[in-house]
Amino acid sequence: MTISRREFLLISGAVGAGLALSKLGIDTGPVKAYADELKKVDKVKSARRTTTICPYCAVGCGLICSADIKAGKIINIEGDPDHPINEGSLCAKGAALFQTTANNPNRLQKVLYRAPHTDKWQEKSWDWAITEIAKRVKSTRDNNFIEKNSKGEPVNRVEAIAHIGSAALDNEELWPLQAMMRALGLVYIEHQARI
Amino acid sequence: MTNHWIDLKNSDCILVMGSNAAANHPISMKWVQKARDKGAILISVDPRFTQTSAKADIYAPLRSGTDIPFLGGMIKYILDNNKYFKEYMVDYTNASFIVGPKYDFKDGLFSGYDPKTRTYDKSFWAFEKDPDGKIKRDNTLQDPRCVFQLLKKHYSRYTPETVSAISGTPGDELLKVYEAYASTGSKDKAGTIMYAMGWTQHTVGVQNIRAMCIIQLLLGNMGIPGGGVNALRGESNVQGSTDAGLLFHILPGYLAYPRANLTNLDSYLKSITPSTKDPMSANWPQNLPKYFVSLMKSFWGDKATKENEFGYEWLPKLDVGQNCSWLNLFNTMYDGKIKGFFAWGQNPACSGANANKVRQGLAKLDWMVNLNIFDNETGSFWKGPGMDPKNIKTEVFMLPVAASVEKEGSITNSGRWAQWRYKAVAPPGMAKPDGDIMIELFGKIRTLYKKGGKFPEPILNLKWDYVDDKGHFDPQKVAKEVNGYFLKDVKIGDVEYKKGTLVPGFALLQADGSTSSGDWIYCQSYNAQGNNMARRKKEDPTGLGLYPGWAWAWPVNRRIIYNRASVDLDGQPWNPKKPVLKWEQGKEVDGKKQPGKWVGDIPDGPWPPMSQAGGKYPFIMKPDGLGAIFGSSLADGPFPEHYEPLECPVPKNQLSGQFTNPTITIFSGAMDKHLTCDPRFPFVGTTYRVTEHWQTGIMTRWQPWLVEAEPQMFVEMSDELAKLRGIKNGEKVKVSSVRGEVGAVAIVTTRFKPFKIGDLTVHQIGMPWCFGWMVPKDGGESANLLTPNVGDPNTAIPESKAFMVNVTRIEGGK
Repeated sequence: MTISRREFLLISGAVGAGLALSKLGIDTGPVKAYADELKKVDKVKSARRTTTICPYCAVGCGLICSADIKAGKIINIEGDPDHPINEGSLCAKGAALFQTTANNPNRLQKVLYRAPHTDKWQEKSWDWAITEIAKRVKSTRDNNFIEKNSKGEPVNRVEAIAHIGSAALDNEELWPLQAMMRALGLVYIEHQARI
Repeated sequence: MTNHWIDLKNSDCILVMGSNAAANHPISMKWVQKARDKGAILISVDPRFTQTSAKADIYAPLRSGTDIPFLGGMIKYILDNNKYFKEYMVDYTNASFIVGPKYDFKDGLFSGYDPKTRTYDKSFWAFEKDPDGKIKRDNTLQDPRCVFQLLKKHYSRYTPETVSAISGTPGDELLKVYEAYASTGSKDKAGTIMYAMGWTQHTVGVQNIRAMCIIQLLLGNMGIPGGGVNALRGESNVQGSTDAGLLFHILPGYLAYPRANLTNLDSYLKSITPSTKDPMSANWPQNLPKYFVSLMKSFWGDKATKENEFGYEWLPKLDVGQNCSWLNLFNTMYDGKIKGFFAWGQNPACSGANANKVRQGLAKLDWMVNLNIFDNETGSFWKGPGMDPKNIKTEVFMLPVAASVEKEGSITNSGRWAQWRYKAVAPPGMAKPDGDIMIELFGKIRTLYKKGGKFPEPILNLKWDYVDDKGHFDPQKVAKEVNGYFLKDVKIGDVEYKKGTLVPGFALLQADGSTSSGDWIYCQSYNAQGNNMARRKKEDPTGLGLYPGWAWAWPVNRRIIYNRASVDLDGQPWNPKKPVLKWEQGKEVDGKKQPGKWVGDIPDGPWPPMSQAGGKYPFIMKPDGLGAIFGSSLADGPFPEHYEPLECPVPKNQLSGQFTNPTITIFSGAMDKHLTCDPRFPFVGTTYRVTEHWQTGIMTRWQPWLVEAEPQMFVEMSDELAKLRGIKNGEKVKVSSVRGEVGAVAIVTTRFKPFKIGDLTVHQIGMPWCFGWMVPKDGGESANLLTPNVGDPNTAIPESKAFMVNVTRIEGGK
């Protein structure tokens, strides 16, 4: 019996490979040899595989993330062989997606604040930051709200706050984002599509 | 993209112009190569011999900013050599329309131009109508005022000799490209275009694309497999963020943003509802009022009522003519009039044209909120080069957010496929999904406004229930709202729809407030069948790679839009070997003829073929139903015309007395400098990307694997230019424009060659724009310190692809 790596992954699913296959009565000899090479798959005993779409260009390639659910860590990301566009292949960026995860120590992990005229960041809590931002939005909005234009037509807008971004968010985040910004009265709403 | 990535395999001739797919959309080349394996021709047109050129059958160089002469010459070639697809052109485009007597074109200017306002009165370009209001046509195409004849006249000046003398493309190469591409004008051939920012980032960006649209319509390449006009979008969800209306001029679903003169709902709805007197035109945009009212119901929920005009008043209004696009935004910020700023997953300190001006603008803010997965040059601008933190008042909140694999939701690729992603793990440390930050921030703001404040109604009335039982952001709830609900029991035709159920598709949305939909083009993405964006079925019934059961494509899962143009008047495919759509006659049952039906892709509307009663024209989003060879809605003319870039190496426009685009906005502040034909900046500069970095590099420059592959800023130049400047490969050089300078490592290469432009030798250089001062150490600065902040008159996209620079050796050179 020959079995491709793709089929192997499909059959094995999220459980220990050898066990599941032998239960199915399949000769696992050739697979075992391959599986031994896939050290990662051994680790997958407490792992879960989820699919994702590459966050870089808009080709929309599929990838598979394997995460150790006990440790809450991603242990591997690779191309999704079932995805009809990329059929498992990836470019250099997509293949390095692992380095956008918690495995990269450069990730921002703290809420930071830079006070006027200072030269360093201060660490803050979420609660503090959200409260302070909300206060600033309200005071800037209330102090600069434009009810009517020079012709006396109602405009109900705020030109003193601007928003840019983001072509990196999910659709389900973009919709409330634009709704929120418009409810605040913003008209300077722009993002990557303009540049 | 009108088509999609896999569909590239169905093409017979692929023109890659204004993009470098092999480097920037690498996996697309899998499908380009599949086409080539079956004999397709790959053409690469680019100032530089790129990775795509290396794979191409034909490569033709051109000077940056001369795409319209190049394509105008192709239009002339197609017309002179009868390469056009006549049936398609007559029946499916406006080639036969008669243009009114006020239309004229003289020495680079169309009629209706007002030099004071630098705008056109577009009524000068209107079509002639007969007494019952239908547009006059001459299907013989002989009338000297028909679009076809005017097109011929307009491009008669674009001879191969003139084109070569402007673009620097050798005549042989030019004709090779024209001949290969024009061969797709036959019924059984498909030609496609892959373009990106190489076309959009010009002061004639939209007209670059218009020129190609004209070619595609002449050759009958729209709506067919392996054809279309395909923008290779550069960010994973820039399609989705455009669809969602995160731009000043549009609401979700491309609804025009309301202006202050439209003081009530009725006047707004009238302004977005086109009409036609031609019964053959479906004029789908006549339904836009249904989509707008449904949008308002999604915005404001129960608070939107017929009595309050569905909350129309609560939407902020723009003044007539007010432009809040990117360049204006940063101009206003530089002028100190913007106090607060959200940079939500974007790095304008490196991505904005004339980035020095952007950075100075950031220093004038009172506060900035910067959300990202990595530190970046925008959030940390106050410690960047030339900045003294002591003098900068701007408060900055830098918020850590989840990466793509740490949250759940959909993104929409360039082929309009909305694909669902799953959360693999929780974000690290304090990082949170953006959705949760929105929920918390807006919740806090709302709490403040409950105690009072200016115009609190929209803040208090916004429907904002997108949380799960634990109070966390719930993408499923938003996805359903974006699709839309029935808000009461509704009977449409013979079918009853229950209150609270999801609307099956946008054809059922209503203008009376009985339905909601956050984005009508996404209506059907999440309905009774479930979350269609999460589908993973691999059936391919047409064999064309449509994969209708994989994810979901807007609109209504149509994989190739305008597909009714892929068939003849009887509904039979022009190319029977690649039938994306086909009309099947109804069978006779008990002596009664059953209605016929479409098989294949989802057709652009249910109507029968044009030869049958009730048949409709194929371009249903155009009020007159036909493809626009003559396009009277653009700011800078109904036909694309060549103008030089704002900064260029030549003293005049060889095609007319109009040097640059007469309708562009030119800023005139202290930091808005530009120079043409100035000996201090003698070389054409352009920008591009590399495979290993993405955009400003803000995600990729923090990744050791990728930085190892592409560690620092470089500038590519020809052997000839290097010799001229005494520069050796690998030496450190300075690249400067009138706006700024960057250090770079010289790559001396045969990929660039000097252009022969008339009597001039014009050198061009190119730089990636993926670097910035923060990281990697000594990696260099952003190429956008050099680029000009001038934009296209229609889109205001900056002219980052053609500007003037100097290159000098840095003493020591290492």
